[in-house]
Amino acid sequence: MNFVVASIARLGALIIDGVVILGNFFIFLFTALFYIVVPPFKPRLAIRQIRIIGAESTFLILLIGTFTGMVLGLQGYNTLRRFESEGALGTVVALTLVRELGPVLTALMIAARAGSAMAAELGSMQATEQIDALTVMAINPIQYLVSPRVIAGLISFPLLTAIFDVIGILGGYVIGVDLMGAPGSSYLNGIAQNMDAHDIATGIYKALVFGLVVMWVCCYKGYHAERMATGVSRATTEAVVMSSVLVLVWDYFMTSILL
Amino acid sequence: MGVDRNGGANAIEVRDLRRRFGAQEVLRGVDIDFPRGQITTIVGPSGCGKTVFLKHLNLLLRPDSGRIVIEGIDVTALGGRALDAVREKFGMLFQSGALFDSMPVFDNVAFPLVEKTSLSRDEIAARVREMLAAVGLEGMEKKYPSELSGGMQKRAALARALIHRPGILMLDEPTTGLDPTRIGSIHALVRRTQQRFGLTAVLVSHDVPDVFEISDRIAFMHEGRMRLHGTVAEVTAAHDETFERFLAGKASGEDEVPAVTG
Ligand SMILES: Nc1ncnc2c1ncn2[C@@H]1O[C@H](COP(=O)(O)OP(=O)(O)OP(=O)(O)O)[C@@H](O)[C@H]1O
Ligand SMILES: [Mg+2]
Repeated sequence: MNFVVASIARLGALIIDGVVILGNFFIFLFTALFYIVVPPFKPRLAIRQIRIIGAESTFLILLIGTFTGMVLGLQGYNTLRRFESEGALGTVVALTLVRELGPVLTALMIAARAGSAMAAELGSMQATEQIDALTVMAINPIQYLVSPRVIAGLISFPLLTAIFDVIGILGGYVIGVDLMGAPGSSYLNGIAQNMDAHDIATGIYKALVFGLVVMWVCCYKGYHAERMATGVSRATTEAVVMSSVLVLVWDYFMTSILL
Repeated sequence: MGVDRNGGANAIEVRDLRRRFGAQEVLRGVDIDFPRGQITTIVGPSGCGKTVFLKHLNLLLRPDSGRIVIEGIDVTALGGRALDAVREKFGMLFQSGALFDSMPVFDNVAFPLVEKTSLSRDEIAARVREMLAAVGLEGMEKKYPSELSGGMQKRAALARALIHRPGILMLDEPTTGLDPTRIGSIHALVRRTQQRFGLTAVLVSHDVPDVFEISDRIAFMHEGRMRLHGTVAEVTAAHDETFERFLAGKASGEDEVPAVTG
């Protein structure tokens, strides 16, 4: 009997802990969003983060985008040839990139590259009392540290995704058309005819949501790191794993809603 | 001992402050006043709660019960703008320094002025250079905190704590990890700055009894309370056994080595 009561109590405590953590997680986001629209505004902080998250990721995105497009060109060509519809190659490559792979792979790459660095930076600021120092100076640390990163994510992710898409489509062209011999004019015309505003909008929505999710998770994990070296490394790992998982899960739900 | 609503002669008044972390009762009813324009030094064994107490004074931590009155304002339940206004009176030196490691020394020291005032670039630069000279860090403007020794970091952090000319200065072990000459010069600097601006200073230190020379008052923290507090003469004349054992332990080096970060 006691055992049953104790188990129920433990389950209850677990649920309460879970609800509290989830609550803090959302309050963190709403606070960061709130301070985006409340003065004092510090555009230079957001611009600095756009440079770190966005500009410094461009080369990586170009690289990944090219190879993704090339592989799509290769696989797409070989598959479509079985149905003798190589002419659809451009459409297949472009739609796959714009609707799906562009936003997702961009988000995963930035989470791994910039998100982890961000979690580590905020984590070590927490561990060495730098965040407390901001608070004592009457500077809201969420407004100073988190809001600019969220803004930077919302701006950088769609732009990097667009770069990924374009370079991917070119990569697909080089392999599919130049190397494998699919018809070049139908590659480009197919894209022009079959891709509509809705496809592009889907990609942009996804990029915006992923930008928010990645920045939110990585900042939250860093900000709440335990005050020791292992706390920082754990925060970094959890930030990347959790933001990647959330990106993929959200991608499914967004796809099913937006399709 | 009623709390004077106008602040009176005390910059800070603390009444029956209690705080626990889980099962550990760290502050067990702290009662103490900090008279305006004086240096009060808090001493006590490592881990007795000095840092936790200081973080209650600057409102980084909230008490479970008790009251803190700063310049006549009860800050215990303050929030928002009013809280920011109180905080702007503070200068705080953290035990670990807490310099921003993404910025060079100059930007660190200039930070409170850049963020919270409308001074021009030139005025800020002049004040930062003056302050860096005062703490003996001229020529170090472009160095990053990771390129400084522990003592230099402490001095840079002290410069940052003083740059906006706060009315209340809180220093958590400004001299720990410094060589004896530097300890003397930091002490002299704290004293000089305090007198120049008429600051109220709360100093946590392990440099007993050297630090008594620059202190107006001493508080001996023990087991979560201020066991003794008063002027230096009063406290030394009290002949409290625990305090004397603490002093003797310090002098003979029997006490545990204080942590550099906490
Ligand atoms: N955030 C916290 N959570 C849980 N316990 C804490 C926290 N901060 C401090 N403590 C505990 O409170 C006690 C007092 O710590 P504090 O840092 O105030 O000591 P101190 O007097 O400053 O010591 P030192 O002279 O070594 O700096 C310690 O036992 C510490 O473990
Ligand atoms: Mg301490």
